[in-house]
Amino acid sequence: MSRRRAVAVAGAVLVGATLLAACGTNRSEGDAAAGSSCDTSKGTLVIGMIAPMSGGVSAFGMGMRNSADLAIDQANENCTVPGYRLVFQPEDDQSLPQIAAQAATKLASDPKVVAVVGTYNSSTAQSAAPILAQRSIVQVSPANTGPALTRGEKAATEPQRPFPTYFRVAANDLVQGPFGARHLVQKAGKKKIAVIDDGKTYGVGLVENFVKEAERLGARIVAREKVGEKDTDFSSTIAAIRSSRPDAVYYGGEYPAAGPLSRQLAEAGLDIPLMGGDGIADPQYIELGGRPGDFATNIGAPVESLASARAFVDAYAAAGYAEPSSAYGPMTFDATNVIIGALAGVVRNGEFDESSRRRLVEAVQRLNLPGASGTVAFDEFGDTTNKVLTVSTVKDGEFEPLETGVFEPSN
Amino acid sequence: MSTLLSQTVNGLVLGSLIGLIALGYTMVYGIVQLINFAHGEVFMVGAYGGLATSTYLLPGFLAQQWYLALPLLLVGGAAVSVAVAVAMERFAYRPLRDAPRLAPLITALGVSVALQEVVRVFYPGAISPLPYPRVFVEGAYVLPIGDGVPIRYTGALIIVVSVVLAIALQRFVDHSRLGRAMRAIAQDRDTARLMGIDPDRVIVATFALGGVLAGVAGILYGADLGFVNIDIGFQTGIFAFTAAVLGGIGSIRGAVVGGLVVGLVKALGGQYLPGGTAYDYVWIFVVLIAVLVFRPQGFFGETERVRA
Repeated sequence: MSRRRAVAVAGAVLVGATLLAACGTNRSEGDAAAGSSCDTSKGTLVIGMIAPMSGGVSAFGMGMRNSADLAIDQANENCTVPGYRLVFQPEDDQSLPQIAAQAATKLASDPKVVAVVGTYNSSTAQSAAPILAQRSIVQVSPANTGPALTRGEKAATEPQRPFPTYFRVAANDLVQGPFGARHLVQKAGKKKIAVIDDGKTYGVGLVENFVKEAERLGARIVAREKVGEKDTDFSSTIAAIRSSRPDAVYYGGEYPAAGPLSRQLAEAGLDIPLMGGDGIADPQYIELGGRPGDFATNIGAPVESLASARAFVDAYAAAGYAEPSSAYGPMTFDATNVIIGALAGVVRNGEFDESSRRRLVEAVQRLNLPGASGTVAFDEFGDTTNKVLTVSTVKDGEFEPLETGVFEPSN
Repeated sequence: MSTLLSQTVNGLVLGSLIGLIALGYTMVYGIVQLINFAHGEVFMVGAYGGLATSTYLLPGFLAQQWYLALPLLLVGGAAVSVAVAVAMERFAYRPLRDAPRLAPLITALGVSVALQEVVRVFYPGAISPLPYPRVFVEGAYVLPIGDGVPIRYTGALIIVVSVVLAIALQRFVDHSRLGRAMRAIAQDRDTARLMGIDPDRVIVATFALGGVLAGVAGILYGADLGFVNIDIGFQTGIFAFTAAVLGGIGSIRGAVVGGLVVGLVKALGGQYLPGGTAYDYVWIFVVLIAVLVFRPQGFFGETERVRA
């Protein structure tokens, strides 16, 4: 083989791999509309999504993509938005803020894009939200929990809303961290807690708010450590907290690190429970090493306990997606339906163009919708008014709900 | 005291694994003066190769018995790594062997990204971390010192296997025919060819040997930590590259010692230096920079020969 030909082969392999990787992000034309009899005379409108469909937390991202796809298919079938056919355009952000910014820019440059569902990570939302806000594109996140996204830098003391276009159906860390602390300290009776975070917006925020409430309830934080988001060997971190003899570990981060961390804790002889937030509340956590007795807080009530969620679960199963809906399925479905519901109101008396985007933001703000995860409505900051949370524990290879409640702030 | 000892144990385990991978960097550099940045990915595909062996080839009763499963996984993982390493040499590096040095370096980076993408797209479920089968005794032996110093059985396995393979490799290079040919080519490729040595064959053998070591490292990594993902090649590869440079790239002893230094600095630096585990990478690269400033050839390296 000549040198030139070999180079060409290597080049072709590279190009091929890149193309294949790109396929995943192509616009998915809602094929359900093809057979329906809805009036689509005004054309198509695009609902975008920015979520991690590859990388460590893709189990969440794929569940989000499918759940939004389901909501859009249903809307097309039911002619929910008069005169228009909805098209779903999911973009993969790989959990990386700079890729999320690219995706946001791409979506914002398309005049047919009416709204964006996502992101999953708070850090990616921080880069995407300003870009979408500039074009007045409404964004509804099913999963972000960083308080600063709705309440600015001084979220706890002087809240100020940074993006009028940004909404979320997930309760923020000001709620989830303390809710977990109450369970761990009061119900599980843990008094010497080691905290570990992964240095990302979500993990740091969760741990900060956990620590405040845990200390108020009389627990001692005996060690504080940080791990890299992509770390895999936690033996040094574990050796560092070992001598302080903690009776529980609280972890701010996501399941790809938390699962192995739990397993390695046990192997180092620290047979103490690990607790985390919604970022670890996925079956993948248990597969990767999560142990019986570990805890996770999650937003909303358990799906089995809500009649409204049943309809979602059944429709999701009937649609036959390859991936499970994940912990965020119901909330993504709701986030998408919030957009669809508001959009239906806005286009009732006319066409949608870029100037209608502002009216859509106002419509979302006013909306009150019975959703799969409970009632969906937003406060003046764009936060959900639904403060229902659940603590689950790992039992028999799955997360089993222990306690569901409405969070009441303590002071 | 027990914390110091536990961190030392952790450092030695991580260090031996890094050393095992660093051997691949060192051998290839010693012979073709190429920094094979895709070597970390050879380690990664080895881990996935072992996983595939266990998922698709092993009958259930074999998978239950670690002393049967582990050797089979090692063979499967090493085979995949060797195949990838040899193909990489044949299609990506050989055509560029006489090109300016920058060209193969950039190609190596491209191959690294391509391999990650291929695994991500084609290995079922590889878009997120995959749990690894338990192929060795689980748990840890706790040394009764102070609070106790846990030594994971899989960690002990990593240290033993790495030391044995490094010694075997050193003896192989020093005493075998192929080893002599490798040294001859490292010294002067053209003269070696005139003496009847086929450089292509020897270079392929070098890549294959590095592939075996990286494949074994991949299986051990999966067995020790209980999962794999496609990022491990890049991350561990950078550590191994650092280790090879620290030790003096081209030196087998240097790669092992460099690996241990990286492992120990990460574990002990995370415990005792300011900033805790969040800054452990910083200390590794501080050491690297210090070595490059004061002893650019590394611990065991020779000063660069000017090649005719």
